[in-house]
Amino acid sequence: MSRILAILQKEFLQMKRDRLTLGMVFMLPLVQLLLFGYAIQTEVKHISTVVFDQSMSIESRDLLDSFSSSGYFDITGTAKGYAEITKMIDSGKAKAGIIFPPDFAEKLRKGETAPVQVLVDASDSMVSNSAIAVANSIGLLKSQKIIMQKTGVQSLPYDIRVRPWYNPDGITAYYMVPAILGIIVTMTMVMMTSMGIVREREKGTLEQLMVTPVKSYELMIGKVIPYIALGYLQITVALLVGGVVFGVPIRGSILQLYLLTLFFITASLGIGIFISNIARNQMQAFQMSFFVFLPSIMLSGFMFPREAMPSIIQYIGNIFPLTFYLTIIRGIVLKGIGFPYLIPQVMSLLVFSVIMMTLSIIKFKKKIA
Amino acid sequence: MDKMNINNIIETESLTKVFGGLAAVNEVTLKIDRGDIFGLVGPDGAGKTTLLRMLCGLITPSRGRISRNSDSFGYMPQKFSLYGDLTIAENINFFGALYKIDSKTIRRRADEILEITGLAGFKSRFADDLSGGMKQKLALTCALLAKPALLVLDEPTYGVDPESRKEFWKILYQLNKEGVTIVVSTPYMDEAELCKTVALISRGIIMSTGDPGSLKKSFPYGILELKADARDLDFINDLPEVVDGDFYGDKYHVAVYEVEQAKAAIINLLAEKKVAIHHLRHIPPSMEDVFVAVTKEEVV
Repeated sequence: MSRILAILQKEFLQMKRDRLTLGMVFMLPLVQLLLFGYAIQTEVKHISTVVFDQSMSIESRDLLDSFSSSGYFDITGTAKGYAEITKMIDSGKAKAGIIFPPDFAEKLRKGETAPVQVLVDASDSMVSNSAIAVANSIGLLKSQKIIMQKTGVQSLPYDIRVRPWYNPDGITAYYMVPAILGIIVTMTMVMMTSMGIVREREKGTLEQLMVTPVKSYELMIGKVIPYIALGYLQITVALLVGGVVFGVPIRGSILQLYLLTLFFITASLGIGIFISNIARNQMQAFQMSFFVFLPSIMLSGFMFPREAMPSIIQYIGNIFPLTFYLTIIRGIVLKGIGFPYLIPQVMSLLVFSVIMMTLSIIKFKKKIA
Repeated sequence: MDKMNINNIIETESLTKVFGGLAAVNEVTLKIDRGDIFGLVGPDGAGKTTLLRMLCGLITPSRGRISRNSDSFGYMPQKFSLYGDLTIAENINFFGALYKIDSKTIRRRADEILEITGLAGFKSRFADDLSGGMKQKLALTCALLAKPALLVLDEPTYGVDPESRKEFWKILYQLNKEGVTIVVSTPYMDEAELCKTVALISRGIIMSTGDPGSLKKSFPYGILELKADARDLDFINDLPEVVDGDFYGDKYHVAVYEVEQAKAAIINLLAEKKVAIHHLRHIPPSMEDVFVAVTKEEVV
């Protein structure tokens, strides 16, 4: 015990002196929160739109008003022909183009179907998805109105009432902030821990430690505890900023949040320690951490919805602890659910931790032999 | 283990370590006496570090056996491996705590050793800010905290200035007088002369073991020291009376079978080549002469 304390004391001393790393530890959650919370919006509005109106009628202007008042399309210019529209979309000056044929108003007045062409730059799928969906629904709404006027029907046969639970206003920060906790913990536990341990090997201090009576488990515990403390500190900072700046509510129990996070920390530490056993220097540890980090972000559901992935990729995503932790943390923070609902995730993290630790011990024993 | 002589602090038998098919240490059988200053002498890549690491239990041998008759030992690796971002005092306290020495005792012992090593005034300086010689002394201090009966040092004076080297050896002698057995590796022949026992190692094989005096006495050739007005004297080596020759500074050392015959032959040859001789005299062999001769024999 006294040896673990000595290692702890030494680690904290070194941490305190490494001002740059310490600064990063606190800046990282702040910058990530502000970036993901403010800058990143998955819903695209204000798409710059150019119009080629050959009809120049009340009807065409009326439809255009519907487009611009939706908030999704900003009419930024008019074109005098197809070639000009193509040029503007090609050059990126406009992301969408609306083209009215010359007989647009005439057909409407006659009660015929009046086609309108909406061109969308789908090279950015986020933009095109919004544009396509909104353009379609504007068309439907306008048609509905005309049909209701013609037939005299007062109410629609179907009435689908959608209630978006947990995040009714669709605020991105609500969804992002809890997930960022997962990202930060992954970085600290995998990257910083593995690099911290490998540094001892690289500098030769591990060799010096091995001739002292210190046991390897004492060394591991002493090295790992400061990073766990750091991880919890980062989570606290992130939750505070999330609450104060973005007003993210924590609907579940904070105690459960902190307790269940420990399972994720253990699993991530497992990866970190495993990496430190294979990596020969800090650069390798850094690269290997990224090898884990990137797919974690891509496949866990942090960036892209897992429901949209092919099932084989979903299975691969299940390798990464972050996948389970996102369910846990979003569950507790946004849904206000607790442990009874999250047992499968917690068990998965537990199994993962045991596997990682066993692998590390086997690998470590081989190295000594 | 059962047959181990109580007077020996370390015994090895056919100790071998193979790295990627190559034996870094090959069939080394050694006995190190309690109270010895045992020097492992050889060039870079001879297998000194690997052998010392095995003696410390840091790596396991591929074959062979080691018995160490000492619970406590201090080890000082070749590369400085204490924490550069901790001060002298913090490094000492940390390593002391790992040995479960109470802080009072740590302070007393550290003060003692720091006094000997002359580091007492620099306690609050970061290890990274110390000179090479001071770093070595700090490493020595940490290795000595647990009062070990055995001290293993891997090239402790590597890259240290001559003045600090001398001082460092003085400290080693003092420790030895207090009863500490010292096992030290070095590539420097002048340091080999300072050891009580020397083992010459080359390509993982112990070529010869003994005290420096008897190693030199058992040297089978005579040594002639020649100073002459020529940059290249290697042509002397072609004489049948000569075993081998090489420059040592501005002097040329010639190992010969029979001193008087060789002397005459060399004088003749140089007169023929019109090279002026400053002096040519018979000298006792140095450790370096012994080492060169021993390793050359192996090649042949």
